[in-house]
Amino acid sequence: MTFVSQADFGTPAIKDGAPVTLTIDGRNVTVPAGTSIMRAAAEQGTDIPKLCATDSVKSFGSCRLCLIEIEGRKGTPASCTTPVEPGMIVRTQTPHLAKLRKGVMELYISDHPLDCLTCAANGDCELQDQAGAVGLRDVRYDAAETHLGQTKDHSNPYFDFDPSKCIVCSRCVRACDEVQGTLALTVQGRGFDSKISAGLLSDNFLGSECVSCGACVAACPTATLIEKKVVEIGTPERSIVTTCAYCGVGCTFRAEVRGEQVVRMVPEKNGKANRGHSCVKGRFAWGYAQHQERILKPMIRASIEQPWREVEWDEAFAYAASELNRISAKYGKYALGGITSSRCTNEETFLVQKLIRAGFGNNNVDTCARVCHSPTGYGLKTTFGTSAGTQDFDSVEHSDVMLVIGANPTDGHPVFASRMKKGLRQGAKLIVIDPRRIDLVHTPHIEADYHLPLRPGTNVAVLTAMAHVIVTEGLADEAFIRERCDWDEYQHWAEFVSDKRNAPETLEPVTMVPAADLRAAARLYATGGNGAIYYGLGVTEHSQGSSTVMAIANLAMATGNIGRRGVGVNPLRGQNNVQGACDMGSFPHELSGYRHISDGATRRLFEADWGVSLDPEPGLRIPNMLDAAVDGVFKALYVQGEDILQSDPNTKHVSAGLAAMECVIVHDLFLNETANYAHIFLPGSTFLEKNGTFTNAERRIQPVRKVMTPMQGLEDWEVTQRLAQAMGLDWHYTHPSEIMDEIARLTPSFAGVNFARLDQEGSLQWPVNEAAPDGSPIMHVDRFSNGKGKFVVTDYVPTDEKTGPRFPLLLTTGRILSHYNVGAQTRRTENVAWHPEDLLEIHPVDAEDRGVKTGDWVKLQSRAGETTLRATVTDRVAPGVVYTTFHHPSTQANVVTTEYSDWATNCPEYKVTAVQISPSNGPTDWQEGYEALSERARRIAVVEPAE
Amino acid sequence: MSTQSSIIYMANQIARNLAVNGDDAAVEAMIAHIRAFWDPRMRSLIITSPADGLDPIAARAVDALRLASV
Repeated sequence: MTFVSQADFGTPAIKDGAPVTLTIDGRNVTVPAGTSIMRAAAEQGTDIPKLCATDSVKSFGSCRLCLIEIEGRKGTPASCTTPVEPGMIVRTQTPHLAKLRKGVMELYISDHPLDCLTCAANGDCELQDQAGAVGLRDVRYDAAETHLGQTKDHSNPYFDFDPSKCIVCSRCVRACDEVQGTLALTVQGRGFDSKISAGLLSDNFLGSECVSCGACVAACPTATLIEKKVVEIGTPERSIVTTCAYCGVGCTFRAEVRGEQVVRMVPEKNGKANRGHSCVKGRFAWGYAQHQERILKPMIRASIEQPWREVEWDEAFAYAASELNRISAKYGKYALGGITSSRCTNEETFLVQKLIRAGFGNNNVDTCARVCHSPTGYGLKTTFGTSAGTQDFDSVEHSDVMLVIGANPTDGHPVFASRMKKGLRQGAKLIVIDPRRIDLVHTPHIEADYHLPLRPGTNVAVLTAMAHVIVTEGLADEAFIRERCDWDEYQHWAEFVSDKRNAPETLEPVTMVPAADLRAAARLYATGGNGAIYYGLGVTEHSQGSSTVMAIANLAMATGNIGRRGVGVNPLRGQNNVQGACDMGSFPHELSGYRHISDGATRRLFEADWGVSLDPEPGLRIPNMLDAAVDGVFKALYVQGEDILQSDPNTKHVSAGLAAMECVIVHDLFLNETANYAHIFLPGSTFLEKNGTFTNAERRIQPVRKVMTPMQGLEDWEVTQRLAQAMGLDWHYTHPSEIMDEIARLTPSFAGVNFARLDQEGSLQWPVNEAAPDGSPIMHVDRFSNGKGKFVVTDYVPTDEKTGPRFPLLLTTGRILSHYNVGAQTRRTENVAWHPEDLLEIHPVDAEDRGVKTGDWVKLQSRAGETTLRATVTDRVAPGVVYTTFHHPSTQANVVTTEYSDWATNCPEYKVTAVQISPSNGPTDWQEGYEALSERARRIAVVEPAE
Repeated sequence: MSTQSSIIYMANQIARNLAVNGDDAAVEAMIAHIRAFWDPRMRSLIITSPADGLDPIAARAVDALRLASV
């Protein structure tokens, strides 16, 4: 579509309010009570001139440009701060108003550079537009003193700050406060000296607390805050609405482009997941799409000792098919398998699992959710009947108590975190259960009511102790339980949790959580009104990950916090399409829609549609595939968009498994770590280069739209289809919409989904079917998916990963705001400015004991292996606990993580590893050896041009 | 850890987590779990594993799986 700026109604919409009818410029308009006259006029199609008002922040009334006249009232009030009243008669254009506005604008322009023709925002500048709107033709003032010629701040890698162009409307400050909730910016000084400041002595954006969410840039009405890409490329000429490919929030963006070149990604105001907000990754860190290290030609090699040889697509597919067929014939069909990607679309994921089941002839398909949220699938399906979170993101606006456990939303899910922070600033209570003092515990205008800094690995003990308090103190919602849950199961569970061994006081030596705090937190959650639980990988990536998910579900059911707005159980999904990948039948035991492969009726449905027989037995999970490979019985793997060597635990075991295979096909954007062991490389396409859908953490199916032609020639679904065709499968999809049609016809929860509806409605939340034709923002409203909610007794079983004299500290891992997962994308952007390497957080006491200072190289050693990285000394972690991220392959944090995993799903226990820290001089032998291997494995043969 | 050791460890881990439900219920749940989530090779490995490495609940479940497989 042609480029059109997003409509700006000046002040935020009022959701609830009795209808009020008034007259503006002779026309009637009806809006909810509490709406500003400015917004009412905008909704009617009348744009009142404005500068300090924008609909993402509350009205401010400082620019004096939006003046109006109201019949029967004296003066000229600001329309942005004056609410509508019934029968009001408003005039927005009169000679008197025109004179006033022109005078105001003249003052603004007298202190503004008159460089419109060479300004990067020329044509996309509200100041310029408003000067035209008020008819300003000349400036009479010759100001003796101005703000012109000030030094620009170029420190932020993504946007510039030019104070000379600032009109001090404070939209940026208010966006940082109200939208992002970081409060990094301020207006410093008074009167003529007023200026926008990032608030530190260094006073530049990069060094400040600014998190580069871009809210200030989006709010700026001039070129004061402007994207460097706009300065470099020019203003966009068209826009395409699409979905971010980073975390599970699934923000809706407008990709604004010139030709096929992305100029900027701007959050779409109507995006139902993000409501117009963004974070540094989605907003700015998309440069990896054009990074020089992207592989754009298919490559093959007979052995990983050889350099890669670039080939044409046909040769790559023929070679891949011949190898897969050879291995199947030689070792049997169970020697093959594949891994779907949570970064790819639903349609691509569906095709990969279809290729494994229908083409390879087995169910050896798994997905990266194995190492993150597989316990969510198991736990919520067992208790609630559906493997998904219960709420939409809007629900948080109705929460009175938020319980955050094992999640760090400000880093992992920053856009949703901003919405949480908004609710918390408005008075909602907060309970944080986390070994670390995550940012949410103490952040501007927010202080957690309770932070329970539990010992890593004791989630189940803490949650059972909370249940003990709720049941024994009579705080359970018996009416809800009797109506909605199995009463006998509840009584069995209540008896268990009431046992003295589960009392907070009994468990305190285990959990290290003060019993009084735990009791108070439990009471708050049970009695504080709408209680919502948000959790992340700090819950799932444990040997009791599934038990913890079920313990969370138990708490929600016991307190009646299910089935309405403001409550629920909400897994914060890590990758953009983890939910979708799971929905699409990526697990080895189930077909799309979470139906077990052993179910004959479901299998026959697929068999009739696909024209093949399906194996009724569950296939191998990722760790089992690697075990089987080491045992010599698993020989070929197709990996789409996943880097198991870097992301999976016990790197040495993963590399041994990969090295034992005869055919590893990596389908990705870059030569990732797994590709070191690959024989065939199929270059992938970015989210900007394809059509399809992603499903976010709130079960919202959202369109991904092609913004540019794939640089390597094919969308990823086409790559999988061509591979399938080479193997003899009769696939002829011409567009991902046809794949979605197949998904809908085979998956009851997707029955009402198709691309035409998604185009029309923007997104749909599954289930979308006859029972819920418009989708399901809130689950389990009247009944649970499985009828009655199931209480499951979750006994605390300590992990076998123990600390001791050799390994006295507990390592837990996580992520940081500026990076995503293994960093394959974000490390290839300017985000490295914030986080160029993984760091080890260590408590001052533990650091002192070991003679470690911030910045020192330290050796991180576990029973599984050792690596080195730099330390940062901080009391953010408790004594006895250390923490690091896993974004950089040079660190190889997973060299030290163990093979312990969740009892039900094999999800690795990343969050608990017994380690020792000691000073070090630099990289370990393993790191140096791996560096050399990587260099060798990534060689690409140079082909001399023909004479 | 060899695959067989790993499989035995997994079986014992499942047994320990289900034990709270009582032995009989735990055995039933464990059988159902292994049938639902373990591929045939893993099941074959566990039923050919030496019983002395198995927790009593796991051993009973494995016995039942072994009997059902013949």
